[in-house]
Amino acid sequence: MRDLSVNFAGVSFKNPIVVASGTFGFGREYGEYYDLSMLGGICVKGLTLVPRLGNKPPRIAETAMGMLNSVGLQNPGVDSFIEDELPFLRKHDTVVIANISGNTIEEYALMAEKLSEAKVDMLEVNVSCPNVKAGGMQFGTSAQGVASVTQAVKSRASIPVMVKLSPNVTDIAEMAVAAEASGADAVSLINTLLAMRIDTATRKPMLHNNVGGLSGPAIFPVAVRMVWQVASALKIPVLGMGGVMDGDNAIEMMLAGAKLVGVGTACFEDPYAPIGVIDGVGAYMAEYGLSSTDEIVGKVELN
Amino acid sequence: MPDRYLCEVISNETLCDGVFAVAVVCGDLAGEALAGQFVHVKCGDERLLRRPISICCVSGGSLKLVFEVKGKGTSWLSRIKPGETIDILGPLGRGFSLPEGKVALVGGGIGVPPLLFAAELAGGSATSVLGFRSGDRAIMKDAFESACEKVLIATDDGSLGYHGPVTLPLKELLEGEGYGAILACGPRPMLNAVAGLCEQFGVPCQVSLEEKMGCGIGACLVCACATVSGGVKDMSRVCVDGPVFDATEIVWSGWDA
Repeated sequence: MRDLSVNFAGVSFKNPIVVASGTFGFGREYGEYYDLSMLGGICVKGLTLVPRLGNKPPRIAETAMGMLNSVGLQNPGVDSFIEDELPFLRKHDTVVIANISGNTIEEYALMAEKLSEAKVDMLEVNVSCPNVKAGGMQFGTSAQGVASVTQAVKSRASIPVMVKLSPNVTDIAEMAVAAEASGADAVSLINTLLAMRIDTATRKPMLHNNVGGLSGPAIFPVAVRMVWQVASALKIPVLGMGGVMDGDNAIEMMLAGAKLVGVGTACFEDPYAPIGVIDGVGAYMAEYGLSSTDEIVGKVELN
Repeated sequence: MPDRYLCEVISNETLCDGVFAVAVVCGDLAGEALAGQFVHVKCGDERLLRRPISICCVSGGSLKLVFEVKGKGTSWLSRIKPGETIDILGPLGRGFSLPEGKVALVGGGIGVPPLLFAAELAGGSATSVLGFRSGDRAIMKDAFESACEKVLIATDDGSLGYHGPVTLPLKELLEGEGYGAILACGPRPMLNAVAGLCEQFGVPCQVSLEEKMGCGIGACLVCACATVSGGVKDMSRVCVDGPVFDATEIVWSGWDA
């Protein structure tokens, strides 16, 4: 019997596929297409302490097998999430992971406290959003910044803490090691790659924010490399994401060392993409006669 | 419920230079679609994002999509042939609501086609005011003439109908008789001008907006539009809160979100 279940930082997931923050809202929209209980977990849209309206449009631009976004953390705020969105998510048998971004370290800590009290299953600490001026990536691009945020969140959280790392650094393993040393229970990577496109007719950037985050299949090989580097350097588990489109991509991410795999931009091409990825992982295990994902995670055979 | 469908193309017609009408068979989609809604179309395997295209009209089990070639995705779609299939998500978004009383439909350029669906629902009683760059780009004139009581055309270069913007004939129309509502679709500056005129005459106005989209179903928040409702500022989602909005909700300019 194939067992897709995963224990990740003490939390039980029915399968290794989670939907990535920012691509899935709070689940309501995709819940119209399929039962959210089919998913291993849901990383909710990035939350901030107070509501944010986000950046001016245009907020999206297409690239070769990818896209840029500069939403800028539009969200209703952590209190509204707890009151209006969490009860809906809780009706489903899936792991709820709250993604948080702060302008200050104290904001991260306060949100960690509120969301622990609200009993979400896990926190994903976003130190890697490329689309906001304060907070976000400013903490995630130095080991000291990652350590400070991680320590503050850990000191006030009573649920497992996962730190979402930015790829916009020289050595992502160094940031991952800083998170682990500061008490993180897991890391997730990669967030989007800072990128830019320019309209040659108007000479204006395609995004109002000038720059934004690149996601989609275009970043997949970068994500696999970074997941492999980070998983090789850490004892805590890794959630790998970045351009995963199908089951085979998810297996590749797992071979590189990801215990959980995130699906994000693929949902825009096909709302059913995460379900297809789950089915694809099951089919791979059947084809190779595997009974557990432990037989895949980190099992890349290096040359 | 909206869903993902693989639809067979039954025709692809060139309406004018760079503007195409593609008809596809899809009983479920055609049965559910409302005037002003759109579908999200996958334009080949080479492109990641779907393209939002408004529904021009439905007939029997088919629906017609009219679009202008703007880039590689729509260029791909313009070369689709009868018998081939396209991957469509829909029907999506909030459409027009047809109120009591006489309705005027105001369209500009590629904003004209989706108004045909509304004209058909109005049962031949609507007035249409259609604007184009020039007479040779005046698409779907015959279809509107058979679906409407009256059709007024305006062109930027004066080569057909009124010489000037759609607000020129629209103002005459509003001065002449009372309308229950104006439904408008076209470029944002045109919509802004139409909304202003409607406010001046005290006529309710619905506008259909266009914005680049990601998911198309309300989750990704890229197709944002600044709105005010009940004094509360918000960034609405064009894909699910629209594409049709009450014109008084739109922040046309000046609010730096």
